[in-house]
Amino acid sequence: MKNLVILGAGTAGTMMANHLSKKLSKNDWQITVVDQHKTHYYQPGFLFLPFDIYTEDQVKKDGTKFVPKSVNYIQKKIELIQPEANSVKLEGGESLGYDILIVATGSTIAPDETEGMDGPMWHKNIFDFYTYEGAKGLRDKLREFEGGKLVVHITEMPIKCPVAPLEFAFLADSYFKNKGMRDKVDITYVTPLDGAFTKPRAAKALDYLLNEKNINEVTSFNIERVDYENNKIIDYADVEVEYDLLVTVPTNMGDSVIERSGLGDDLNFIPTHKGTLQSKEYENMFVIGDATNIPTSKAGSVAHFEAEILTDNILSYIKGDELEEEFDGHANCFVETGNGKALLIDFNYEHEPVEGTFPIPGIGPLRLLKESRFNHMGKLAFRWVYWNMLLKGVPIPFVPAKMNEKGKKLETVNS
Amino acid sequence: MKKMIAQREIDVNEEGYLLDFSQWNREVGQELAAEKNITLTDRHWEVIDYLQDKHHKEEALSIRGIKKSGVINVKEFYSLFPGGPLKVSTLIAGIPKPKSCI
Repeated sequence: MKNLVILGAGTAGTMMANHLSKKLSKNDWQITVVDQHKTHYYQPGFLFLPFDIYTEDQVKKDGTKFVPKSVNYIQKKIELIQPEANSVKLEGGESLGYDILIVATGSTIAPDETEGMDGPMWHKNIFDFYTYEGAKGLRDKLREFEGGKLVVHITEMPIKCPVAPLEFAFLADSYFKNKGMRDKVDITYVTPLDGAFTKPRAAKALDYLLNEKNINEVTSFNIERVDYENNKIIDYADVEVEYDLLVTVPTNMGDSVIERSGLGDDLNFIPTHKGTLQSKEYENMFVIGDATNIPTSKAGSVAHFEAEILTDNILSYIKGDELEEEFDGHANCFVETGNGKALLIDFNYEHEPVEGTFPIPGIGPLRLLKESRFNHMGKLAFRWVYWNMLLKGVPIPFVPAKMNEKGKKLETVNS
Repeated sequence: MKKMIAQREIDVNEEGYLLDFSQWNREVGQELAAEKNITLTDRHWEVIDYLQDKHHKEEALSIRGIKKSGVINVKEFYSLFPGGPLKVSTLIAGIPKPKSCI
């Protein structure tokens, strides 16, 4: 009997458990998943929780229910990954040997990386919305917010779901409009990038929307510290932005177990082959989702596309065949623009987000890079798709892992 | 796009970044800096050497990397290359604009 161990039961780890339990012979392979938590969060829902669009119960479920019965689920903290010994050390000293390891430990916020962020005002008038606690605390804060300066801020790239802070600003605009108090709230979007998004084509469309919604934009802002006593953020060029309520996306880092095990880069992300998802250092270690250092977005859709390709690659690896460099960096994101509308972007390593139709070329029904109500409904429907199809590894109709180039006005990324 | 600089023809993209590092030399760097109203000092050159070295090792450049570089602190980096130090310094160094942006 051989052992395949998956570290992490988030979006990527759960999908891998489902895919592989269908493909690997139960007589030859035991699959084990390790995660210290029992609750599985629907992280895209953290964007909606602060605005009372989703309830607490809509964003969390018992994660063990989404892992197949044939898979051994260990709910323990991971102490150390020891790739030289093909072993993982768990809390309490237990060791877990493996023939193949899949690391899906994700990324997390690190507010302590920025001076003054994680201080006495954390979750008082400085909030994140990338954790359940942060999103919930922010909801309570927004319910009683009487107006003032709302600053939506990104600390540094890369971050999980790079469009989320922008969506937050758009949704805040409609939230306060609906409450009849938009004139009392001054919204500013502060980013280290030189535009609203990482890809120039999409940034143009998004900058336009910020302008239209009367949201101020401060770009190229590299934060040095939060002055929580005087309620302002200060960057290295001494630019200051004042806030009454700061909604920040702190530095995103890989899990601390990656650092303890000496496997990561500066941000604890694991050096990974971008086409095969094999670790650059160990051939029986594979990395998926936010835990990798590959140059694409950290997003559930990316993990979903990666999972299909990684499943094939693990089967090839077991057979001793050469791995195919199939992963193209495909990402597909709904961008909530407020007032019941959304736009949709689709891109990969080679191509910028473009205009066109999705998922069926020429037909849609979703439209790329254009606001529509139908896109918004797609985003809301996605919660059902996530729990009922995506996590379980059920293929989503018309949406292949590799980006479809038909029906799109393509433009190649300039290097 | 072609551009004449320091008696040399170089290929640049629409933002002015060199497309081929082999066309770069210190004179080109000096001229590019002058266009940004920067006079290069030894301190600037130390930073440029560091950036080029990182680039040749295919290591990504970021403000975080600068912080940990041991070559320069971020405040000084801003004062040497005002107005977006990574963007300006990489342009002068003849290497691509960092894509810390995904």
